[in-house]
Amino acid sequence: MRILGTLIAPTSGSAMVAGFPLTQASAAEIRQRISVMPEAPGLYRRLTVTENLEFFARLYGLAHREARIKESLAAVNLSDRANDSCGSLSKGLRQRVALARTLLSDPAVMFLDEPTTGLDPVAAHEVHGLIAALRDRGVTVFLTTHRLDEAERLCDRVAIMNSSLRTIGRPDELRQALFSRSLAVRTAKPLARPDQVFAGLSAVHGWRAAGPAGGGLAGLSAVQGWRVTDPPGGDAAGGDPAAVGTAGYLLTVTDPAQAAPGVTRALVAAGADVLSITESRHTLEDVYLELINDQEGQS
Amino acid sequence: MMSINAARVGAVIRKELTEFRRSRFVVATMVVVPLVFLVFPTVAILAQHPAGPSASLDQGVGFFLTYLLVIPVLIPSTIAAYSVVGEREQGTLEPMLTTPVSREEILIGKAAAVLIPSVGIAYLVLGIFLAVLRFGADPLVAAAVWHSPYLLAQVFFIPLLAGWAIWICLAISSKASDIRVAQQLGALASLPPIALTLLLSYQVINSTLILAASLVGALLVIDCAAYLLVSRLFDRERLVSGTKPGSA
Repeated sequence: MRILGTLIAPTSGSAMVAGFPLTQASAAEIRQRISVMPEAPGLYRRLTVTENLEFFARLYGLAHREARIKESLAAVNLSDRANDSCGSLSKGLRQRVALARTLLSDPAVMFLDEPTTGLDPVAAHEVHGLIAALRDRGVTVFLTTHRLDEAERLCDRVAIMNSSLRTIGRPDELRQALFSRSLAVRTAKPLARPDQVFAGLSAVHGWRAAGPAGGGLAGLSAVQGWRVTDPPGGDAAGGDPAAVGTAGYLLTVTDPAQAAPGVTRALVAAGADVLSITESRHTLEDVYLELINDQEGQS
Repeated sequence: MMSINAARVGAVIRKELTEFRRSRFVVATMVVVPLVFLVFPTVAILAQHPAGPSASLDQGVGFFLTYLLVIPVLIPSTIAAYSVVGEREQGTLEPMLTTPVSREEILIGKAAAVLIPSVGIAYLVLGIFLAVLRFGADPLVAAAVWHSPYLLAQVFFIPLLAGWAIWICLAISSKASDIRVAQQLGALASLPPIALTLLLSYQVINSTLILAASLVGALLVIDCAAYLLVSRLFDRERLVSGTKPGSA
């Protein structure tokens, strides 16, 4: 991020930032069009919120500074703290002031380094909302984070790095590249002949029992709408009485939307009490872990 | 040639002065140092009653006036030493360096923000000293001060000595990784001009017009060279990563 923010010279490779090549000659042009929010808010604690923003507005040479400052503060819901000293603000509020500072110049590209580090869930949620709003306004937001749920929620494209760049793409593309698509089926009781139920379905390529009775859902850290099943008569693994006696199956499919109606019909025809049929979604965390496992396996 | 944007320099000056005004340490330095260096020469010169030859009176006057020159060295060295390393420790340097402001604009702004109050206070102290003389000292002593060549030297030496201290301390501040180290080194760096001032005060070195002119010229050259040196040291990459550009 420091390289793209023109703070550190690149040692190799090339990049374009805001339409300019990343070179010493175009560094000033790039800085005029970007804004960077480092991990630490970096506010002058003896200055008020407005004074901090005014200083940066002058550095950017902004016209109508007062209006821009008001707009930026309104965007981060800090209008009522405009005259507070930054030293008196909580970490979450300082993070919001730093975000307001990045908004000041209406940049073409915003670099945000771990914007929610140290924030409580409410403050983090607000920051997420702000970033999503910026994205929707067409601002290019370059976000670095260790929180994969944050990346999943906010990012159109994700690059996963572990010492070096491991992969880059849209979250769905990354999932599809690493994992086959699947449907998670839950029934009230185990099927008597699951082979017969699933074997004849053209969109289903394979199946396996899921949950403790049949191999578990260990590979799926976030199967939506799923409860891990327990062996009949055993203690519920998660302590959930509703899961006792139910059965789970994981079906490998080409397209969950196409396969789901046929699977439903087959289950009903077999007399099964269907509790749920959902597309199992792998999270970015699954993608990350899979990539790291691959890397460790190769080394 | 890098063009300097006056508005950005002004923004840096304004920000620095606001911070100084709200820093107890800076305010205390700006009050205590001048008081300490004003009280002794004022009391001493008020106690002067010329009975001997006028040459010894002139020497005494020269001593007290030269003594006041410590102020424009000590005040900026304390404040300027904090200037860059303080920002780095606060984490404020990195956001500023990602804006369109150039390093020359930052440096000139920071230097001017220290120079303005330092020189202002030094001239104010000189003014108070002269006013006290005018109304409290023996008329012969007062006349000796007003006609002393040292008085004219004060006018030139105050900004030049302050400039010397500022650039040297900004250089130290750009290289240092700790505020205390920067301030200690800054105090050390202010010793040579203070030593020279005291040598002149105690007339170990005979002050002549040629010497004064030479010192003015030398300080001008040193100030310009120091600015160029600090400008080279003030590299974005070095300041952010702590390593020399291209050394990775």
